[in-house]
Amino acid sequence: MTAAIGYPPARPGPLEPRPARPHREPVLRSDEVPRDKVWLVVVDPTGDRAPRLARFAALPRLVRAGDLVVVNDAATLPGSLPGVTADGRGFELRLSGPVEAGRLDGVLLGPGDHRTRTEHRTAPPVIARGDRIAVAGLPATVLAAAGRRVELAVHCDGDALWQTLYAAGAPVQYAHRSERLALWSVQTGYAARPWAAEMPSAGRPLTWDIVLELRRAGVAVAALTHAAGLSSTGDDALDRALPWPERYEIPRRTAEAVGAARARGGRVIAVGTTVVRALEAAADDDGGGVRIGSGVATLRLDAAHRPRVVSGLVSGLHVPGESHFDLLSAFAPGDQLRRAVGLAAQHGLSAHELGDACLILPDATTT
Amino acid sequence: MNIQGQGALVTGASRGLGRALAEQLAARGARVGLVARDAGALGDVVAAIRGRGGDAHAIAGDISDKAAIHRIAGQAQGLIGEIAIAIHNASTLGPTPLRLLLDTECEDLAAVLETNLVGPFRLTKILAGAMAIRGAGVIVHVSSDAAIEAYPRWGAYGASKAGQDQLSRILAAELDGTGVRVLAVDPGEMDTVMHAAAIPDADRAALQPPAQVAARIVQMIESGARAPNGARLVAARWDLTP
Repeated sequence: MTAAIGYPPARPGPLEPRPARPHREPVLRSDEVPRDKVWLVVVDPTGDRAPRLARFAALPRLVRAGDLVVVNDAATLPGSLPGVTADGRGFELRLSGPVEAGRLDGVLLGPGDHRTRTEHRTAPPVIARGDRIAVAGLPATVLAAAGRRVELAVHCDGDALWQTLYAAGAPVQYAHRSERLALWSVQTGYAARPWAAEMPSAGRPLTWDIVLELRRAGVAVAALTHAAGLSSTGDDALDRALPWPERYEIPRRTAEAVGAARARGGRVIAVGTTVVRALEAAADDDGGGVRIGSGVATLRLDAAHRPRVVSGLVSGLHVPGESHFDLLSAFAPGDQLRRAVGLAAQHGLSAHELGDACLILPDATTT
Repeated sequence: MNIQGQGALVTGASRGLGRALAEQLAARGARVGLVARDAGALGDVVAAIRGRGGDAHAIAGDISDKAAIHRIAGQAQGLIGEIAIAIHNASTLGPTPLRLLLDTECEDLAAVLETNLVGPFRLTKILAGAMAIRGAGVIVHVSSDAAIEAYPRWGAYGASKAGQDQLSRILAAELDGTGVRVLAVDPGEMDTVMHAAAIPDADRAALQPPAQVAARIVQMIESGARAPNGARLVAARWDLTP
């Protein structure tokens, strides 16, 4: 918890700015915000405009006709599963991506639950290729193991596997929230196939009221599926390599919408960094559009990356030092982002992954 | 909508109309998720469909259980991918023999609404959002003439079906232009276990076989343009000529 004492949650009423404290790093609240109460810090990287605050529901008025908003429709898996080795040692398996043909990829943590910080969890039992283990009571064989990262083959038919995953699994979650997250609390309003290890949470405040208002305003809204992975494994060396390669799939309709938006001079606005990762990975050689179909995103986004397809994005709030902050630096200068964080702190906004948000968009329309 | 290759979810699919719908969608090349409480009966139906070369998957779950809904939708989309066709067929009469409203326990009315109205609503909330963002989908609510006629002793069931009809219409109005179609279909009286529970002394020879009604509903899904979005259709009056 990094709650900023003295910054009361000023919702749902108007936010009262607090005096800035110049010599301290801004501290953001870290509690969950109801979906319909999310604030948006609007950052316009063109020129040197000051960041400002808007309600998330004002999004349709911050973009313009001809733009395209792209969301990640991956549903969040019940990816935390109990397991036991052949000699009776328990572990938690956290799925890192989609489940296909009886294969489970993920990381192991020692006994315990999310209330212990991931990096403080006891080490998982050491397992090796060929070991027989059980996941949620289902027999499985270890196909590959590298430290706590594993690939498993489960021995049962698909219907029984999915029935068991949903009966025994729970969403992956972290120590900053002690109560168990319900499966429905980590789904977006358009979630489809369960591909995401963690919620593509930038789309959480995107209600259907907002989606339909965007469309009425002449803004297209389209979806892709990106297998958002784990944000932490509890192992420093593994964490440094995150995000791992992640699968994505871009439907024809969405690829066409990207091409059409670019052709008419509209901006492509990604809802979430997973969408940025998929669209940039799928950028065609001309840089004007994206390839249809599935692929694996391996690129790492940071200040050095020049986006080829995506003009702007909606994201959670991130502070300097976080890997996501580097990613946002691909879209706006670092000092402008730091001012945005300062504004967010001043107004008591939350950097929780289910918290407040930012919109980084050139020429974000003034309301 | 061309059914070939589409993901379809049918609730109450272990018997009666739901089973017939699942069988016929699978026969037309859909990847079908079958939902029912009774895992044993469901497994038999799935095995039978697969035996005929169909793509069918069993999802054991109770539509009236709030905690089960996201599991049902998640399992279905894990197994068959995106759902383009959702048929809300599962329903309950409440305790039988059917009672007058003034003799109906409040808890029994609430339980009927959970299964017939709130459960389908919860499932639709998940599936319709995914359909609307992709721009295509059909949602079918199996209705009843008890939604319209005031049959004594059918109060709980009739109220739940009337509510479901109205959910259909309003959902269709709200999603107008997104590519999602919503229909309510009155199947008419069928020779099913449910009908026997409601009217034990009915002349079974006068009842329609569920397979015949399922064929009409499948055709309604295929020939979208012939029914306006949000329409309430009566299966027996549906012209089967394509």
